Amino acid sequence: MMDFATILQVLDSTVRLAAPLLLACLAGLFSERAGIFDIGLEGKMLMAAFFSAATAAVTGSVWLGLAAGIAASMVLAGVHGLASITFRGNQLISGVAINFLAAGLTVVIAQDWFAQGGRTPSLLGGARFEAITLPLADTVRPVPILGPIYHDLISGHTIPVYFAFSMVPLTWWLLYRTRFGLRLRAVGESPEALDTAGVSVVATRYAAVAICGVLCGIAGAYLATALQAGFTKDMTAGRGYIALAALIFAKWRSWHALWATLLFGLLQAIALRYQNLQIGGVPLPVQLMDALPYILTVVILAGFVGRAIPPRAGGEPYVKER
Amino acid sequence: MRDVMPRWADVVLIPLISLVLAFLLSAVVIVAIGEDPLAAVRMMVTGALGSTYAWGYTLYYATNFIFTGLAVAVAFHARLFNIGGEGQATLGGLGVALVCLALPWPHWVLALPAAVLAAALFGAAWAAIPAWLQAKRGSHIVITTIMFNFIGAAVLNYMLVNVMRPQGSMDPATERFPPGTHLPTLHDLLALVGIPFSKAAPANIAFLIALAACLLVWLLIWRTRLGYEIRAYGHSEPAAIYAGIRPVRVVMLTMLVSGALAGLMAVNTVMGEAERLVLNSVEGAGFIGIAVALMGRSHPFGVLLAAILFGFLYQGGAELALWTDIPRELIVVIQALVILFTGALDNMVRMPLERLFLALRKRRT
Repeated sequence: MMDFATILQVLDSTVRLAAPLLLACLAGLFSERAGIFDIGLEGKMLMAAFFSAATAAVTGSVWLGLAAGIAASMVLAGVHGLASITFRGNQLISGVAINFLAAGLTVVIAQDWFAQGGRTPSLLGGARFEAITLPLADTVRPVPILGPIYHDLISGHTIPVYFAFSMVPLTWWLLYRTRFGLRLRAVGESPEALDTAGVSVVATRYAAVAICGVLCGIAGAYLATALQAGFTKDMTAGRGYIALAALIFAKWRSWHALWATLLFGLLQAIALRYQNLQIGGVPLPVQLMDALPYILTVVILAGFVGRAIPPRAGGEPYVKER
Repeated sequence: MRDVMPRWADVVLIPLISLVLAFLLSAVVIVAIGEDPLAAVRMMVTGALGSTYAWGYTLYYATNFIFTGLAVAVAFHARLFNIGGEGQATLGGLGVALVCLALPWPHWVLALPAAVLAAALFGAAWAAIPAWLQAKRGSHIVITTIMFNFIGAAVLNYMLVNVMRPQGSMDPATERFPPGTHLPTLHDLLALVGIPFSKAAPANIAFLIALAACLLVWLLIWRTRLGYEIRAYGHSEPAAIYAGIRPVRVVMLTMLVSGALAGLMAVNTVMGEAERLVLNSVEGAGFIGIAVALMGRSHPFGVLLAAILFGFLYQGGAELALWTDIPRELIVVIQALVILFTGALDNMVRMPLERLFLALRKRRT
């Protein structure tokens, strides 16, 4: 049986692994709620991971790295916006192209700049996000159960992790309690209604795609400068797709996105820690743990556990009536 | 606005302009990393087309891309986007390996049809579940096929590590296939008619199967009842339903054909080249199929040309990586730009061209 300390350790790495998924999932939420499908989350994260690590390695400042990561992700978001909003192209194909562009460009540029086989140098000191200790963490530590939970699980993460989790209520507030959020949701369900009301469909969709770019940028920068110390080839390792799976799992809602990404983060944490898991004497192959997020998503998509209904105008370019 | 442009402009001019744009941007990337694009092109041409050895590699890669390109193209005709070529080809490889290792095959003439059948069946089976979910429950096929790529990779990983790996081997791969399954290479085939061809290159009889597949797909899409139903469904689902076409049947059959084509790729890689099954034998060819189908405008002949172009890029890129500081990933960049310009930014090229042709026509009348 697992003891309390082990459970805390697994939950702690769950939080670390869920944070980038959550950021990318919320990024996709903004974009898809506005009617722009985005399977390019992976590419935007990867691009941000590289440029943040490269900038942090050269300047020694993680904050400049973060800014560079966001900027790189925004450029790709701009390409996606151009293709799917301005030129009314196929949003899925644009997303595929962006993923490949990032997979190729990051290695080509990394090899040219650092000549280390497509990596950046390892990041040290101020070039990484440091874990921060929340107030009183050391004081309350001796308190049974609650003390270790506060000290080990809640305290001791990096700033992007706290940012990711605080984005959940913020996203909810923005989408359901502001005028901008109402317009964003409307443009994903019925753009013609928004157009009739005199609000620009194009501007609203570009705004959503831009927010998506910022969040993917932070997610990518977190991967390279906090979770790991530097960029390695294909370091996103399918996280963009898992985030996409989580988004469907969450049925395009912000609080559900939190639970979905925590679940997928937990699966990753368990797969990472226990290579040979047994349930009732039957060994569970580690490959099953790796594939579980995708299998769960297919089950959800099949509608066996409640239907996932995407925004109505999702994937459809808007053509103004004349 | 439909008949603004003549057909040749739609079929030839627009893909050509998109391709030129993609190549120009790639040249910019090459200049930016301090290399000479013209020298790079020269090296790619010699490395990919300069000898029968080079052609042998170019055609080997092209064979993969014909299969995956056709797979995407067939699905496009029914307006289905099959991103699952990667997973379907992975499972196809599993089918080929199971067949090749199951019996002590006496001669490839017997092993090849069995392997072709297994590759097609396994590929089709992997496409069947997303297809059924799309047809019956409306689950978006793009998402389900992406998920099935990952699940397929996990299945292969499990099979190689836990089931098919020979005892005592650390390498997650099957043992070598028996000699009776080794396919004749282009060297062997061309020697029959007295044409000398490099012995070392991996191009093999699967290339001929790929050419046959192009012809069969053309026949299927434009000369059969099912092909008519697929195209009708792709143009307008409500109209197809009024015409008595059953959507479930069309979606299922289209995806089964698509998955089978992607699976067939494994005959070339697993049976024809590696002669054993390794992890990641697909190497992204499933995704390149998307670029190939877009470039080839979903027509088998276009797919053939685009596949040879990408075979050239792939082999040329490998040569570049060997002799210069340009990493192999440059090909991924070029591939991405081709997908971007011929697929997503199609209207960027099309809109000004349509305006141009409209102006020309007005002047004439």
